[in-house]
Amino acid sequence: MKVKMLSRNPDSYVRETKLDLQRVPRNYDPTLHPFEVPREYVRALNATKLERVFAKPFLASLDGHRDGVSCLAKHPKSLATVLSGACDGEVRIWNLTKRKCIRMIQAHEGFVRGICTRFCGTSFFTVGDDKTVKQWKMDGPSYGEEEEPLHTILGKTVYTGIDHHWKEAVFATCGQQVDIWDEQRTSPICSMTWGFDSISSVKFNPIETFLLGSCASDRNIVLYDMRQATPLKKVILDMRTNTICWNPMEAFIFTAANEDYNLYTFDMRALDTPLMIHMDHVSAVLDVDYSPTGKDFVSASFDKSIRIFPVDKSRSREVYHTKRMQHVICVKWTSDSKYIMCGSDEMNIRLWKANASEKLGVLTSREKAATDYNQRLKEKFQHHPHIKRISRHRHLPKSIYSQIQEQRIMKEARRRKELNRIKHSKPGSVQRVSEKKKRVVAVVK
Amino acid sequence: MSSSRAAESSLLALNQQEELEDLPREYPLSTSEDEGDSDGERKHQKLLEAISSLDGKNRRKLAERSEASLKVSEFSVSSEGSGEKLVLSDLLEPVKTSSSLAAVKKQLNRVKSKKTVELPLHKEEIERIHREVAFNKTSQVLSKWDPVVQKNRQAEQLVFPLSKQQSIFAPIEHVVSGWKARTPLEQEIFNLLHKNKQPVTDPLLTPMEKASLKAMSLEEVKMRRAELQRARALQSYYEARARREKKIKSKKYHKLLKKGKAKQALKEFEKLRKVNPAAALEELEKLEKARMMERMSLKHQNSGKWAKSKAVMAKYDLEARQAMQEQLARNKELMQKIQVASESAEEEGGAEEEGEPFVPDVVNEVQMKVDRPNPWMFRNHSGDTKEAEVQGDPEELAEPAAQEAPESEEEGPAVAEEILLKEFEERRSLRQKSGLNQIAKPVGSQEAKDLSSQEVLSELRALSQKLNRESHQSRKQELSSTRTVLVVQREEAAREEEEPLLLQRPERARTLDELEELGKEGCFQNKELPRVAVEGQQLERNPSNHLGVPKEKKRKEQMIDLQNLLTTKSPSMKSLAVPTTVEELEDEERDQRQMIKEAFAGDDVIRDFLKEKREAVEASKPKDVDLTLPGWGEWGGVGLKPSAKKRRRFLIKAPEGPPRKDKNLPNVILNEKRNIHAVAHQVRMLPYPFTHHQQFERTIQTPIGSTWNTQRSFQKLTMPKVVTKPGHIIKPIKAEDVGYRSSSRSDLSVIQRNPKRLSIRHKKQLKKNSVD
Repeated sequence: MKVKMLSRNPDSYVRETKLDLQRVPRNYDPTLHPFEVPREYVRALNATKLERVFAKPFLASLDGHRDGVSCLAKHPKSLATVLSGACDGEVRIWNLTKRKCIRMIQAHEGFVRGICTRFCGTSFFTVGDDKTVKQWKMDGPSYGEEEEPLHTILGKTVYTGIDHHWKEAVFATCGQQVDIWDEQRTSPICSMTWGFDSISSVKFNPIETFLLGSCASDRNIVLYDMRQATPLKKVILDMRTNTICWNPMEAFIFTAANEDYNLYTFDMRALDTPLMIHMDHVSAVLDVDYSPTGKDFVSASFDKSIRIFPVDKSRSREVYHTKRMQHVICVKWTSDSKYIMCGSDEMNIRLWKANASEKLGVLTSREKAATDYNQRLKEKFQHHPHIKRISRHRHLPKSIYSQIQEQRIMKEARRRKELNRIKHSKPGSVQRVSEKKKRVVAVVK
Repeated sequence: MSSSRAAESSLLALNQQEELEDLPREYPLSTSEDEGDSDGERKHQKLLEAISSLDGKNRRKLAERSEASLKVSEFSVSSEGSGEKLVLSDLLEPVKTSSSLAAVKKQLNRVKSKKTVELPLHKEEIERIHREVAFNKTSQVLSKWDPVVQKNRQAEQLVFPLSKQQSIFAPIEHVVSGWKARTPLEQEIFNLLHKNKQPVTDPLLTPMEKASLKAMSLEEVKMRRAELQRARALQSYYEARARREKKIKSKKYHKLLKKGKAKQALKEFEKLRKVNPAAALEELEKLEKARMMERMSLKHQNSGKWAKSKAVMAKYDLEARQAMQEQLARNKELMQKIQVASESAEEEGGAEEEGEPFVPDVVNEVQMKVDRPNPWMFRNHSGDTKEAEVQGDPEELAEPAAQEAPESEEEGPAVAEEILLKEFEERRSLRQKSGLNQIAKPVGSQEAKDLSSQEVLSELRALSQKLNRESHQSRKQELSSTRTVLVVQREEAAREEEEPLLLQRPERARTLDELEELGKEGCFQNKELPRVAVEGQQLERNPSNHLGVPKEKKRKEQMIDLQNLLTTKSPSMKSLAVPTTVEELEDEERDQRQMIKEAFAGDDVIRDFLKEKREAVEASKPKDVDLTLPGWGEWGGVGLKPSAKKRRRFLIKAPEGPPRKDKNLPNVILNEKRNIHAVAHQVRMLPYPFTHHQQFERTIQTPIGSTWNTQRSFQKLTMPKVVTKPGHIIKPIKAEDVGYRSSSRSDLSVIQRNPKRLSIRHKKQLKKNSVD
């Protein structure tokens, strides 16, 4: 005889330990949970609002330099260590966790033009206005020892930038020409030049490490191949490019920070049109650095703000500024992709969160699930006007705001003029040139 | 003299040779006659030279040539000495073919084939070419990253850092060797072990043992090889045999083989049974398993290819028929369960204990259902219950419609359930005889309570539908005031509205007795449906069925009906088993109902709704525009109105708008106006990645929260696009990370140290450096 009776298996409701969450039986019958879209919409709206409420990106200001910060460098092995060079020739090494300067060196006379660390993190190189390249030990001198560089190379001309190879004991400097140096030698192993203008920065490709990119003051960006010891191609833009940065996840992509307030992302195999023009700044862009994930980059501008752009978007997703921050000269994205550092004219290095509203520290799994869910909701409803408006809302200093308005008017006027010109001329005689094509003057093979 | 002559002749020969050599290769050797008189002089000169060269030095001097006018050589053409002039015809004369001319041709060809070296390119040009070549090469190198980049861009989730720190597997020996004994006891033990050179852990061997293990004597190796050889040979023999056997087509052979095998197996089984009963049992189990497999596989059914072919043949061929029968027999045999005697005995015993004749399980189930008033259980048997209901209400039974009602066709599930229901009824009647049903009766009354709320709801729903329809009809009535039409409409409407309300069951209630029996069963009927149907009919019969007025009447009727429903007791209530308390409960419940009814007496939700809807319809209708100006063209003043004619003239009739969307939806008001408050929350344009609004809508409509999704899918849906580990350095992507082979040579070693590449300026600089 079959007898039906209530039976409960303790396994299904008794926790193994008291730390486990209670199992909550749920009924997913959709009729029991109506109005899913409106409810999720409200949640998304709340999440968006909270994101704005918690968006407090500024973390710390590292002060100590006695002149404007001209260059920054990350330590390749330690997240907490940052190096900075100032306009008075001083180099400081900072500890980010303590937010303190741990070492200071009077490295050069005049500007420290460039600073870079060796891939192993044991030493770093600086170039300065005094026509020298100096190699320093990362650790400070022991007691009684004098603070002096490991090597000093005296050059004939001023070096304006330096970058170290990502794998080997090779570094590159720029000035009159791009020189590739072996660390052990006092003369460059190879020297590449194309044109006669001074080169302002040189960067090694982090993935295909034999590739170099440089930008010169005659408005061009030149790519070099170190192994074949030859330049590859040159693209001439409308205005001067201040610096370039390679995407650390996509070998052929680099972004150039230009004087015409824009940034240009190029595929190095097709230089005739930039992949994307990133515009939002209202003054010259001075520096750019990629997030280590290769999804975003940060740019520092003369308009006293830094902006974060997604790689595939032409508009920035974030703008950071403070009242006291002046022209931002250099910017770096830390190698754990969580923070951004920027050095500015008024002698401070500022530490920002890369994600303005992100909660720092360890999250519990439920917190994490909640943030993930909120993030997804925001993405899902991002096109709804209410949410879009809230999530896009940013406070800007008046100067930037008014300049943006001005730029907008100018742009509109230009557009109108072009349209009028087309309208009033013989059809076909005036061609419309796309904005991307317009910015590239020429590609020289 | 002769000797001198000989010397001379030899010299001459030499001379000639030299002459040959002196001539540049390009020039043809001439054998022209115009050597003439100058020949002697030249010979003389040569002779002198030959003599001079004899004196040890062996220096050969080229013959001096001058452009002396008289000296005519074949090398230069001079017209000075000779009076004759060169005539064109001389030049046009064909060159005589001779053996020596072949050499000339050859030389000429050689001259032709040699090209002049082109001018070197500009330095800039060269550099440009170099650059282009280098660029193409680099582009090619870079394009290997294309798939990786593409993949990463499209990836649903990227986890950084990309390169995972791989855990290294350390053998246990290493781990143990790193471990140190700390406590004195451990140290003691270790000392002992080390002293005796014993292995510290189990798998560890002493060095000696290891060595001996590694070594293998020559004989051993030989033996092993021989063994392997033999095994290989045996295998090949076996394979060959199997192949041969497989090739045999004779059916007889195979049949015999099979039979032989079966016999063998049987014999073995018998033997096993005698020797080892446990093993035999196992064997039996295996057979059982085979049977099970057979049942599952349906292999020996008549569905196979072979079986089908045989089936065709079977008509004519006795053998085929036999084979088929055999197969069927086999199938049966395999499908048959081997009964274990003891089990069946137990079962029988159990049945006897219960003291029941063979009753299927379902019966027991139903009894249990009767015990517990679980409304979910009755859904299935609604047919019966409704039948019972009909019987329970004597008034309704009187109505012919109530009997008509069950006639409506049952479609979906009922057909499937028919058999089950029949059974159910049979069983019920059985039980009635045995007198078990008494328990069920009070329960039935309780059921009524549980279901009362449901009743009310459904009543309301039905009523609203009716009312709607009536209002609809009343409008029609206005249009066509003929009474006959109305009646027809009524009837139609009645049929329409009945349909969803009707009882649906598979069979008719056959006789009154049957119905009574069912009623006595007292199976917790929910009476609402038939009742409402009856009501509807009643309402229809009511001749004064107008829009406003009859509603209240109906309402009253309904209330009365409800009371009736509550007060009327099914005869089954008064059974012996029912205690008096139950009745009291009933009374209480009735009171409460009454109270609720009274409390909400004036609350006519449905009417309010209808009114609201009517208002909404009116409001949405386009309005006529009246442009009459009082006093214009006629007298105006207090109490004077513009004439009807004028009003008619200046009234602009609004065009009739499109039909309302909720015209055919009685229970809904659809607002067709644009809601300004909602607009702020609506997406106006189709956002970028979407190509069709449906796509976008669908993405919005699928919920992602854990309220609507299981935990797993929730996690999957809310997976973040980029995951980074806090405190971990993310290095640039490397070729090894994505499975590419990175170039083994370092960039430094590949650098082409070409001094030419250095610019002149730089070269100078270098020089200066070196000087300094």
